[in-house]
Amino acid sequence: MNETHVHAHPPAADDPSSGYEPLERAIRELLIEKGILDAAAIRRRIEAMDGLTPANGARLVARAWTDPAFKARLLEDAAGLLAEEGYELEHSPTVRIVENTEGVHNVIVCTLCSCYPRMVLGLPPAWYKKKAYRARVVREPRAVLAEFGTELPDDVEVRVHDSTADLRYIVLPRRPEGTEDMDEEALAALVTRDALIGTAPARAPGDT
Amino acid sequence: MIEIGARVRVDDRFHAGHHRVPGYLKGREGVVTACLGRFPNPEALAYFRPGDPPLALYQVRFRQADLWDGYAGGPADTLDADIYEHWLQPLEDRP
Repeated sequence: MNETHVHAHPPAADDPSSGYEPLERAIRELLIEKGILDAAAIRRRIEAMDGLTPANGARLVARAWTDPAFKARLLEDAAGLLAEEGYELEHSPTVRIVENTEGVHNVIVCTLCSCYPRMVLGLPPAWYKKKAYRARVVREPRAVLAEFGTELPDDVEVRVHDSTADLRYIVLPRRPEGTEDMDEEALAALVTRDALIGTAPARAPGDT
Repeated sequence: MIEIGARVRVDDRFHAGHHRVPGYLKGREGVVTACLGRFPNPEALAYFRPGDPPLALYQVRFRQADLWDGYAGGPADTLDADIYEHWLQPLEDRP
Protein backbone atom coordinates (compact mmCIF):
# COMPACT_ATOMS: atom_id res chain seq x y z
CA MET A 1 0.00 0.00 0.00
CA ASN A 2 1.26 3.45 -0.88
CA GLU A 3 1.36 5.41 2.38
CA THR A 4 1.32 8.77 0.61
CA HIS A 5 -2.04 8.06 -1.09
CA VAL A 6 -4.50 10.16 0.93
CA HIS A 7 -8.11 8.95 0.81
CA ALA A 8 -9.95 12.21 0.35
CA HIS A 9 -12.41 10.50 -1.98
CA PRO A 10 -14.97 7.85 -0.97
CA PRO A 11 -14.10 4.22 -1.80
CA ALA A 12 -14.67 3.62 -5.51
CA ALA A 13 -17.76 1.53 -6.24
CA ASP A 14 -17.63 -1.05 -9.05
CA ASP A 15 -20.35 0.82 -10.87
CA PRO A 16 -21.12 4.13 -9.17
CA SER A 17 -23.87 4.93 -11.71
CA SER A 18 -26.08 2.02 -10.70
CA GLY A 19 -28.59 2.14 -7.87
CA TYR A 20 -29.54 -1.47 -8.54
CA GLU A 21 -26.80 -3.01 -6.46
CA PRO A 22 -28.20 -1.97 -3.05
CA LEU A 23 -31.69 -2.83 -4.31
CA GLU A 24 -30.56 -6.32 -5.34
CA ARG A 25 -28.86 -6.82 -1.97
CA ALA A 26 -31.94 -5.71 -0.03
CA ILE A 27 -34.28 -8.04 -1.96
CA ARG A 28 -31.84 -10.96 -1.76
CA GLU A 29 -31.46 -10.55 2.00
CA LEU A 30 -35.24 -10.32 2.46
CA LEU A 31 -35.84 -13.47 0.38
CA ILE A 32 -33.26 -15.35 2.44
CA GLU A 33 -34.63 -13.98 5.73
CA LYS A 34 -38.15 -15.09 4.79
CA GLY A 35 -36.89 -18.56 3.85
CA ILE A 36 -37.96 -18.29 0.19
CA LEU A 37 -34.38 -18.74 -1.04
CA ASP A 38 -31.09 -19.62 0.58
CA ALA A 39 -27.61 -18.47 -0.31
CA ALA A 40 -26.64 -21.89 -1.65
CA ALA A 41 -29.59 -21.89 -4.07
CA ILE A 42 -28.53 -18.49 -5.39
CA ARG A 43 -24.93 -19.69 -5.75
CA ARG A 44 -26.07 -22.82 -7.63
CA ARG A 45 -28.09 -20.65 -10.02
CA ILE A 46 -25.04 -18.44 -10.65
CA GLU A 47 -22.90 -21.54 -11.22
CA ALA A 48 -25.46 -22.88 -13.70
CA MET A 49 -25.43 -19.56 -15.58
CA ASP A 50 -21.63 -19.46 -15.57
CA GLY A 51 -21.64 -23.00 -17.00
CA LEU A 52 -23.36 -21.70 -20.14
CA THR A 53 -20.84 -20.37 -22.65
CA PRO A 54 -20.52 -19.64 -26.38
CA ALA A 55 -18.93 -23.11 -26.67
CA ASN A 56 -22.51 -24.45 -26.58
CA GLY A 57 -23.40 -22.43 -29.66
CA ALA A 58 -20.14 -23.43 -31.36
CA ARG A 59 -20.96 -27.13 -30.90
CA LEU A 60 -24.43 -26.64 -32.40
CA VAL A 61 -22.99 -24.78 -35.38
CA ALA A 62 -20.28 -27.39 -36.02
CA ARG A 63 -22.88 -30.14 -35.95
CA ALA A 64 -25.17 -28.17 -38.28
CA TRP A 65 -22.26 -27.77 -40.72
CA THR A 66 -21.66 -31.52 -40.82
CA ASP A 67 -25.18 -32.95 -40.46
CA PRO A 68 -27.82 -31.58 -42.88
CA ALA A 69 -30.74 -33.17 -41.01
CA PHE A 70 -29.58 -31.59 -37.73
CA LYS A 71 -29.20 -28.22 -39.47
CA ALA A 72 -32.70 -28.44 -40.98
CA ARG A 73 -34.15 -29.18 -37.56
CA LEU A 74 -32.09 -26.42 -35.92
CA LEU A 75 -33.44 -23.83 -38.36
CA GLU A 76 -36.98 -25.17 -38.18
CA ASP A 77 -37.39 -25.78 -34.44
CA ALA A 78 -34.33 -24.73 -32.44
CA ALA A 79 -36.26 -24.54 -29.17
CA GLY A 80 -37.56 -28.11 -29.49
CA LEU A 81 -34.15 -29.43 -30.48
CA LEU A 82 -32.35 -27.61 -27.66
CA ALA A 83 -34.84 -28.91 -25.10
CA GLU A 84 -34.07 -32.45 -26.30
CA GLU A 85 -30.35 -31.65 -26.01
CA GLY A 86 -30.88 -30.95 -22.31
CA TYR A 87 -31.05 -27.15 -22.27
CA GLU A 88 -33.31 -25.72 -19.61
CA LEU A 89 -35.81 -23.71 -21.66
CA GLU A 90 -39.00 -24.12 -19.68
CA HIS A 91 -38.97 -20.62 -18.21
CA SER A 92 -37.00 -19.05 -21.05
CA PRO A 93 -37.94 -17.17 -24.16
CA THR A 94 -37.98 -19.15 -27.41
CA VAL A 95 -34.72 -19.53 -29.35
CA ARG A 96 -34.43 -19.09 -33.08
CA ILE A 97 -31.40 -19.71 -35.29
CA VAL A 98 -30.87 -17.50 -38.34
CA GLU A 99 -28.59 -18.68 -41.12
CA ASN A 100 -25.96 -16.62 -42.88
CA THR A 101 -25.80 -17.37 -46.59
CA GLU A 102 -23.90 -16.09 -49.59
CA GLY A 103 -26.52 -13.33 -49.90
CA VAL A 104 -27.55 -12.57 -46.30
CA HIS A 105 -25.52 -11.68 -43.21
CA ASN A 106 -27.43 -11.61 -39.91
CA VAL A 107 -26.52 -9.64 -36.80
CA ILE A 108 -28.30 -9.65 -33.44
CA VAL A 109 -29.14 -6.80 -31.08
CA CYS A 110 -31.67 -5.86 -28.43
CA THR A 111 -32.32 -2.12 -28.68
CA LEU A 112 -34.82 -2.06 -25.80
CA CYS A 113 -32.61 -3.73 -23.19
CA SER A 114 -30.06 -6.54 -23.47
CA CYS A 115 -32.00 -9.65 -24.53
CA TYR A 116 -29.52 -12.37 -25.46
CA PRO A 117 -29.73 -16.15 -25.86
CA ARG A 118 -28.40 -16.61 -22.32
CA MET A 119 -30.06 -20.01 -21.95
CA VAL A 120 -27.57 -21.32 -24.51
CA LEU A 121 -24.61 -18.91 -24.65
CA GLY A 122 -24.57 -17.60 -21.06
CA LEU A 123 -23.99 -13.95 -20.29
CA PRO A 124 -23.60 -11.42 -23.13
CA PRO A 125 -20.37 -9.46 -23.62
CA ALA A 126 -20.33 -6.00 -22.01
CA TRP A 127 -20.42 -4.17 -25.37
CA TYR A 128 -23.63 -5.98 -26.33
CA LYS A 129 -25.41 -4.18 -23.46
CA LYS A 130 -23.96 -0.74 -24.18
CA LYS A 131 -26.14 1.96 -25.66
CA ALA A 132 -23.54 2.66 -28.35
CA TYR A 133 -23.84 -0.84 -29.86
CA ARG A 134 -27.61 -0.99 -29.43
CA ALA A 135 -28.28 2.39 -31.00
CA ARG A 136 -25.71 2.18 -33.77
CA VAL A 137 -26.03 -1.37 -35.07
CA VAL A 138 -29.62 -0.76 -36.16
CA ARG A 139 -28.93 2.47 -38.03
CA GLU A 140 -25.41 1.92 -39.34
CA PRO A 141 -24.82 -1.83 -39.13
CA ARG A 142 -22.07 -1.84 -41.76
CA ALA A 143 -20.05 0.80 -39.92
CA VAL A 144 -20.36 -1.17 -36.67
CA LEU A 145 -19.45 -4.45 -38.39
CA ALA A 146 -16.44 -2.75 -39.96
CA GLU A 147 -15.27 -1.78 -36.46
CA PHE A 148 -15.32 -5.51 -35.66
CA GLY A 149 -13.20 -6.06 -38.79
CA THR A 150 -16.15 -7.40 -40.77
CA GLU A 151 -16.46 -5.75 -44.20
CA LEU A 152 -19.31 -6.97 -46.36
CA PRO A 153 -19.86 -6.31 -50.08
CA ASP A 154 -22.83 -4.08 -50.99
CA ASP A 155 -24.70 -6.93 -52.67
CA VAL A 156 -24.84 -8.89 -49.41
CA GLU A 157 -28.02 -8.05 -47.49
CA VAL A 158 -27.21 -7.09 -43.92
CA ARG A 159 -30.17 -8.19 -41.81
CA VAL A 160 -30.32 -6.82 -38.27
CA HIS A 161 -32.50 -8.73 -35.80
CA ASP A 162 -33.82 -6.53 -33.03
CA SER A 163 -34.84 -8.95 -30.25
CA THR A 164 -37.86 -6.90 -29.20
CA ALA A 165 -40.08 -9.59 -27.71
CA ASP A 166 -40.21 -13.27 -26.71
CA LEU A 167 -37.57 -14.70 -29.05
CA ARG A 168 -33.80 -14.86 -28.72
CA TYR A 169 -31.63 -15.19 -31.79
CA ILE A 170 -28.41 -17.03 -32.55
CA VAL A 171 -26.59 -16.68 -35.87
CA LEU A 172 -25.55 -19.77 -37.80
CA PRO A 173 -22.40 -18.47 -39.51
CA ARG A 174 -21.22 -19.70 -42.91
CA ARG A 175 -18.81 -22.60 -42.91
CA PRO A 176 -15.38 -21.24 -43.85
CA GLU A 177 -13.65 -22.51 -46.97
CA GLY A 178 -10.90 -25.06 -46.57
CA THR A 179 -12.65 -26.88 -43.71
CA GLU A 180 -13.91 -29.88 -45.70
CA ASP A 181 -11.67 -32.36 -43.89
CA MET A 182 -12.19 -31.00 -40.38
CA ASP A 183 -14.17 -32.89 -37.76
CA GLU A 184 -16.85 -31.40 -35.54
CA GLU A 185 -14.51 -30.59 -32.68
CA ALA A 186 -12.05 -28.74 -34.94
CA LEU A 187 -14.93 -26.91 -36.64
CA ALA A 188 -16.40 -25.82 -33.30
CA ALA A 189 -13.08 -24.14 -32.44
CA LEU A 190 -13.65 -21.79 -35.42
CA VAL A 191 -16.98 -20.53 -34.08
CA THR A 192 -16.48 -17.54 -31.80
CA ARG A 193 -19.00 -15.72 -29.64
CA ASP A 194 -18.97 -12.82 -32.11
CA ALA A 195 -19.76 -15.22 -34.97
CA LEU A 196 -22.83 -16.37 -33.00
CA ILE A 197 -23.94 -12.74 -32.55
CA GLY A 198 -23.11 -11.91 -36.16
CA THR A 199 -20.51 -9.20 -35.62
CA ALA A 200 -17.88 -11.46 -37.20
CA PRO A 201 -17.71 -14.48 -39.51
CA ALA A 202 -16.44 -17.83 -38.25
CA ARG A 203 -12.64 -17.93 -38.16
CA ALA A 204 -10.81 -19.38 -41.13
CA PRO A 205 -8.67 -22.44 -40.38
CA GLY A 206 -5.20 -21.30 -39.33
CA ASP A 207 -6.45 -17.89 -38.13
CA THR A 208 -5.45 -17.11 -34.59
CA MET B 1 -54.62 -13.19 -38.11
CA ILE B 2 -52.23 -11.35 -40.41
CA GLU B 3 -51.04 -13.27 -43.47
CA ILE B 4 -47.35 -13.90 -44.11
CA GLY B 5 -46.30 -11.42 -46.81
CA ALA B 6 -48.83 -8.78 -45.76
CA ARG B 7 -47.68 -5.16 -45.66
CA VAL B 8 -48.22 -3.61 -42.26
CA ARG B 9 -47.69 -0.31 -40.51
CA VAL B 10 -46.58 -0.15 -36.89
CA ASP B 11 -48.92 2.07 -34.87
CA ASP B 12 -47.44 5.44 -34.09
CA ARG B 13 -48.95 5.95 -30.68
CA PHE B 14 -47.84 6.83 -27.21
CA HIS B 15 -48.05 4.07 -24.64
CA ALA B 16 -47.55 4.95 -20.99
CA GLY B 17 -45.59 2.16 -19.39
CA HIS B 18 -43.72 -0.95 -20.46
CA HIS B 19 -44.08 -1.99 -24.08
CA ARG B 20 -41.90 -3.80 -26.57
CA VAL B 21 -42.16 -1.58 -29.66
CA PRO B 22 -38.99 0.48 -30.24
CA GLY B 23 -39.67 4.13 -31.00
CA TYR B 24 -37.70 4.02 -34.25
CA LEU B 25 -40.24 1.57 -35.72
CA LYS B 26 -43.41 3.44 -34.75
CA GLY B 27 -45.24 4.62 -37.87
CA ARG B 28 -42.95 2.56 -40.14
CA GLU B 29 -44.08 0.13 -42.82
CA GLY B 30 -42.78 -3.39 -43.29
CA VAL B 31 -43.75 -6.89 -44.39
CA VAL B 32 -44.78 -9.76 -42.13
CA THR B 33 -42.27 -12.56 -42.63
CA ALA B 34 -43.35 -15.04 -39.94
CA CYS B 35 -45.90 -15.67 -37.23
CA LEU B 36 -43.91 -16.59 -34.14
CA GLY B 37 -46.71 -17.91 -31.93
CA ARG B 38 -48.81 -16.42 -29.15
CA PHE B 39 -47.40 -14.93 -25.96
CA PRO B 40 -48.88 -13.22 -22.89
CA ASN B 41 -49.09 -9.47 -23.35
CA PRO B 42 -45.83 -8.01 -21.95
CA GLU B 43 -47.61 -4.70 -21.29
CA ALA B 44 -49.60 -6.53 -18.59
CA LEU B 45 -46.92 -8.99 -17.46
CA ALA B 46 -44.67 -6.07 -16.54
CA TYR B 47 -47.22 -5.06 -13.89
CA PHE B 48 -47.80 -8.57 -12.48
CA ARG B 49 -51.01 -9.14 -14.46
CA PRO B 50 -51.40 -12.40 -16.42
CA GLY B 51 -51.40 -10.88 -19.93
CA ASP B 52 -54.45 -12.82 -21.14
CA PRO B 53 -55.42 -13.48 -23.81
CA PRO B 54 -52.03 -14.25 -25.36
CA LEU B 55 -51.23 -12.12 -28.40
CA ALA B 56 -49.97 -13.21 -31.81
CA LEU B 57 -46.36 -12.15 -32.31
CA TYR B 58 -45.14 -11.38 -35.82
CA GLN B 59 -41.71 -11.03 -37.31
CA VAL B 60 -41.81 -7.88 -39.43
CA ARG B 61 -39.10 -7.04 -41.95
CA PHE B 62 -38.30 -3.40 -42.69
CA ARG B 63 -36.11 -1.96 -45.44
CA GLN B 64 -33.30 -0.05 -43.79
CA ALA B 65 -33.63 2.65 -46.45
CA ASP B 66 -37.23 3.20 -45.22
CA LEU B 67 -36.13 3.58 -41.60
CA TRP B 68 -33.24 6.03 -41.79
CA ASP B 69 -32.74 9.16 -43.86
CA GLY B 70 -29.59 8.81 -45.89
CA TYR B 71 -29.01 5.18 -44.88
CA ALA B 72 -25.45 4.46 -45.94
CA GLY B 73 -25.55 0.67 -46.31
CA GLY B 74 -26.61 -1.55 -49.21
CA PRO B 75 -30.05 -1.07 -50.83
CA ALA B 76 -31.10 -4.61 -49.89
CA ASP B 77 -30.29 -4.20 -46.17
CA THR B 78 -33.16 -5.06 -43.83
CA LEU B 79 -34.10 -5.08 -40.17
CA ASP B 80 -36.34 -7.68 -38.54
CA ALA B 81 -38.24 -6.99 -35.34
CA ASP B 82 -40.85 -8.98 -33.42
CA ILE B 83 -44.08 -7.00 -32.98
CA TYR B 84 -47.34 -7.99 -31.27
CA GLU B 85 -50.55 -7.97 -33.29
CA HIS B 86 -52.17 -5.05 -31.46
CA TRP B 87 -49.43 -2.72 -32.73
CA LEU B 88 -49.81 -3.68 -36.42
CA GLN B 89 -52.20 -2.29 -39.03
CA PRO B 90 -52.45 -4.31 -42.26
CA LEU B 91 -52.15 -2.06 -45.32
CA GLU B 92 -53.97 -2.43 -48.63
CA ASP B 93 -51.61 -3.44 -51.40
CA ARG B 94 -50.87 -0.39 -53.40
CA PRO B 95 -49.76 -0.35 -57.02
